[in-house]
Amino acid sequence: MTRAEAAGAGRPADPQSRGADPAMEEAFRRELVALIPHLRAFARTLAGDPAGADDLAQDAMIKAWDARASYQMGTNMKAWTFMILRNQFYSEKRRSWRQTQLDQEAAERTLVAIDNPEAPVALDELRLGLAMLPAEQREALILVGAGGFAYEEAADICGCAVGTVKSRVSRARRSLQAILEAGAYDRDGKSASDAMRSILAEAERLSSTP
Amino acid sequence: MNPSLDEARLRQQAIGVKLRDLFNEVVNEPVPDEFLEILRRADDRKAEPE
Repeated sequence: MTRAEAAGAGRPADPQSRGADPAMEEAFRRELVALIPHLRAFARTLAGDPAGADDLAQDAMIKAWDARASYQMGTNMKAWTFMILRNQFYSEKRRSWRQTQLDQEAAERTLVAIDNPEAPVALDELRLGLAMLPAEQREALILVGAGGFAYEEAADICGCAVGTVKSRVSRARRSLQAILEAGAYDRDGKSASDAMRSILAEAERLSSTP
Repeated sequence: MNPSLDEARLRQQAIGVKLRDLFNEVVNEPVPDEFLEILRRADDRKAEPE
């Protein structure tokens, strides 16, 4: 059974949806669909491999749909769905008997998942560097540094204090820079200096931008 | 301004740019049909009589 079939099979109509405003439901659905690419991207950073990440994003999307009655239209749906996805990820992680191996395995799967020969080298190396960070630092850095969330929103999503998020982001930035500069993500005996070279080129471009 | 601090700040900015590139690389991928199929089935489920 595919995940899509599983989502619809053997489950009763959602009692929360009875009597719901069709226009509101359609608006919710449209907004949720627009967020799918972002949910996939966030899931990819948490889960590592693309297939597992899509499973996670789909589970989060189903949960968001089922919980739509509790969502207040006009509030931040992106933060709300990211919170659902994050909770789903850690819930599954807690259940897994392989819990202690996950971070290492995520790093290895990420390595295998790099199957696009055209992908810029620096992004591959950055992906590997990210996988080496502790999960809570990685998610904080992604939410604030790439997902476009304010520290306060990231704190809500992660269920922690704003100061904790700031601290995690700061530590993640320093660690990531150190990892990239040290080439600690080297593989197959090849030099990993391309990543830092590319980043330095980006820094040079930034410094020359008025 | 301290040149080394300036350099460190630029490097961090550059890593930030690459991070956003990494994230947007996935955001810009086509969404697999399965996602929309799941939502369609959820809609069907809602429409089913109990």
